[in-house]
Amino acid sequence: MAGTIRPRDANELRRAVEWALNEGTTLDVRGQGSKIALGKPMDCGQVLDLSGISGIVDYAPEELVVTLRAGTPISEVEALLAQRNQMLAFEPPDLGPLLGLQAGQGTLVGAMMGNLAGPRRLSAGAARDHLLGFSGINGRGEAFKSGGRVMKNVTGYDLSKLLAGSWGTLAVLDQVSVKVLPVPDQTRTLLLLGLDDATAVRAMCAALGSPHEVSGAVHLPGRTALRIEGVAPSVEARLTALRELLADAGAGMEELGTLGSRTFWREVRDVAALKAASDTVVWKISCPPTEGPAIVARIRSQRPSVEAFYDWSGGLVWLALPQCVDADHELVRGAIGAKGGHATLIRAPEAVRAAVPVFQPQPAALAALASRVKESFDPKRLFNPGRMG
Amino acid sequence: MSKACRCLPETVPQVSAILRYCQDNKVKVVPRGAGTSLSGGSMPVGDAILLGLGKFNRVLEIDYANRSARVQPGVTNLGITKAVEHEGFYYAPDPSSQIACSIGGNVAENSGGVHCLKYGLTTNNLLGIEMVLMTGEVVRLGGKHLDSEGYDLLGVMTGSEGLLGVVTEVTVRLLRKPTTARAVLLGFPTEAAAADCVAAVIAAGIIPAGMEMMDKEAVKCAEAYVGAGYPLDAEGLLIVELDGPPVEVDHLVERVAEIARGRGATTVRVSNDEQERVLFWAGRKAAFPAVGQITPDYMCLDGSVPRGRLVEVLAEMREMSKQHRLRVVNVFHAGDGNLHPLILFDANDPDELHRAEEFGADILRLCVRVGGVLTGEHGVGIEKRDLMGVQFTEIDLDQQMRLKCAFDPDHLLNPGKVFPQLRRCAELGRVVIHHNKMPFPDIPRF
Ligand SMILES: Cc1cc2nc3c(=O)[nH]c(=O)nc-3n(C[C@H](O)[C@H](O)[C@H](O)COP(=O)(O)OP(=O)(O)OC[C@H]3O[C@@H](n4cnc5c(N)ncnc54)[C@H](O)[C@@H]3O)c2cc1C
Repeated sequence: MAGTIRPRDANELRRAVEWALNEGTTLDVRGQGSKIALGKPMDCGQVLDLSGISGIVDYAPEELVVTLRAGTPISEVEALLAQRNQMLAFEPPDLGPLLGLQAGQGTLVGAMMGNLAGPRRLSAGAARDHLLGFSGINGRGEAFKSGGRVMKNVTGYDLSKLLAGSWGTLAVLDQVSVKVLPVPDQTRTLLLLGLDDATAVRAMCAALGSPHEVSGAVHLPGRTALRIEGVAPSVEARLTALRELLADAGAGMEELGTLGSRTFWREVRDVAALKAASDTVVWKISCPPTEGPAIVARIRSQRPSVEAFYDWSGGLVWLALPQCVDADHELVRGAIGAKGGHATLIRAPEAVRAAVPVFQPQPAALAALASRVKESFDPKRLFNPGRMG
Repeated sequence: MSKACRCLPETVPQVSAILRYCQDNKVKVVPRGAGTSLSGGSMPVGDAILLGLGKFNRVLEIDYANRSARVQPGVTNLGITKAVEHEGFYYAPDPSSQIACSIGGNVAENSGGVHCLKYGLTTNNLLGIEMVLMTGEVVRLGGKHLDSEGYDLLGVMTGSEGLLGVVTEVTVRLLRKPTTARAVLLGFPTEAAAADCVAAVIAAGIIPAGMEMMDKEAVKCAEAYVGAGYPLDAEGLLIVELDGPPVEVDHLVERVAEIARGRGATTVRVSNDEQERVLFWAGRKAAFPAVGQITPDYMCLDGSVPRGRLVEVLAEMREMSKQHRLRVVNVFHAGDGNLHPLILFDANDPDELHRAEEFGADILRLCVRVGGVLTGEHGVGIEKRDLMGVQFTEIDLDQQMRLKCAFDPDHLLNPGKVFPQLRRCAELGRVVIHHNKMPFPDIPRF
């Protein structure tokens, strides 16, 4: 088993990377290791544990910005923001239970590195849209920074976007500044009952195409949910308008209040619907919203037992398929079709993840470009080698 | 290549052939949209091909169900909204230059506008692009789906100032027009009170669709230019727009008005109809040309600062104005702390020109000193290139240049922009390894 290095500050972190560079040792970069079961399995010389570089550096509620160290747990950040009635608007999911790990784990930077986002991705953007700036160490053992703490910034390349979603393969961050937003006064949910997939996605797209500012749209088997947030009089008016807009869909309607909504959308966020059967593999597909049902239908024609639900108005399809050696990756990716999209294998046994592409394979020119980008940060491929394969 | 020339391709294969030719023959290329950049972003350089994207001016596909539009890069920003507004949709980022500037230029600059406070910048409203690399290879990033696969190169391309590739197609997110929008004019007896009000609105948990500030001089110019009905006695004027269903707008207008009164507002006027709302904005949108009426020349800056530092930054700017003996007028995106100081001068007077440049640089240094940045939306271009060292270390800049090398190893695309000092990619690529060293015996290990 690989040993673990646990630096306590940015300077020790830099020296640890410098050491690895000199030794020619690869690094398995971890916050709390809450997503270690996601991505290609790796075989690294050392574990670089960031949990020792932790804590809030600065929180300015009136600026809507929090600055924190890389090892800070999400739970700590969320608790702090809650005191000032603010939140991480992109709703970082807790995938622990889905991945067969503990719930409530994970660092905010870890969620950033996976560019993970929950149902509010639709209206508030993904993790990448909330990362204002960072400092970190590149694969040359150099400390560098990008971005800042302000809302608008086009000074130099937007490396924050690039780092978000890079799964720790470009640089090791020691500190980030993240945009936060006020918690809406009220959250309510309109439930449409008994719609089939295609009708449900049509209804969700109609709702999203309305001026009623829907901040969540999910279709679970038998239940389609639309979230409305804001000040009380506005929420009331928009719910009424949505009921009228969707009356034609012919579905029974119910409503969830603020508390019920919080639980409901947390479960959507954490993919609770697919958690139970651990003998399945789990995929997520990002696609044009209207294409979701057709993609699922293609897969279902081959694998009738597939379980599916649609977040992001149909644009994020979660799938559970019976386990098999290749996770049906050709079937899943083949089903996406010409309208565009990509699939990521979220949960599968290690041997399966080692055997098949976990992330969507890219066309040659793009793959070559991505490889040059990787090299521009980490020329010796020290950080999480192969994780994004 | 001895002489500069201009190419106006019409197809992607033509763009590809041009770039490939340039790569093979080491010829420099400057991509150009509408040429409205305020940082000299698309300024031609002596020995480069100017690659105009003006003929890429078609809207290719509108998909209302998926709320997206696929357009060519030469389509104007407003052209997108014009193509979809009959169905009640629009494209949210709205730079003041929106009648003229191209969406390709918006991608390259990550442009913003007065409504970006609530709806985000170009980068937050972009779904995909097609672009041509210097090798002539054509790649697609993103599409109609959310979140591009692999590294977020779409995010990197946005705001890359034409240095990484030539954008040949853009897919943007469309939004449905809000049911109602109302603008509130708030006049304050001091600039500080106006700036304070901005922070207080945000602190109250209200994110208006837009929150703009104008100082007394800007108000005077705009009023003379368009007659928007602005209060001429105010030292600081805020225009705050609230949108949503009527009940929400009424509710928030009342809360904002209350916050403003608490900060000593002497004018509180709410637009009563669409015509009046547009009129309130007309003065703001015409503010630059309006200021242009009272000065032979002006220099527009674009620093961004934490909202909480606005008061002190504005005060310090007034001091600098005295030192440099030049007037400064402020019209800006207060809600997100993005300043647009306009320095008034006469370019025919070499001393004034020199002082204006010094004054501008001092303001940007001030922005960085209080925790802000050199540019919020106009880009570095040529204009702020030599100030990059104020915000970034050499290592920071080297890392950015290495990324540039991954796209353009010979520095052929839009040369002379953004980076104060170019270093060869081969030199940047070298890795130094110190053998025979045990650098960190004291870091905890397990
Ligand atoms: C009066 C006025 C008001 C303005 N108001 C605002 C404002 O409110 N907010 C704001 O953000 N900006 C504003 N601007 C600045 C400017 O309009 C924006 O930066 C705009 O996005 C530039 O678009 P353009 O088509 O004119 O690009 P150009 O000026 O032609 O080019 C700008 C940059 O983009 C690159 N480029 C252009 N097209 C492509 C392409 N297809 N592929 C790759 N690179 C490309 C160029 O190389 C250059 O680096 C204003 C400008 C003026 C003159």
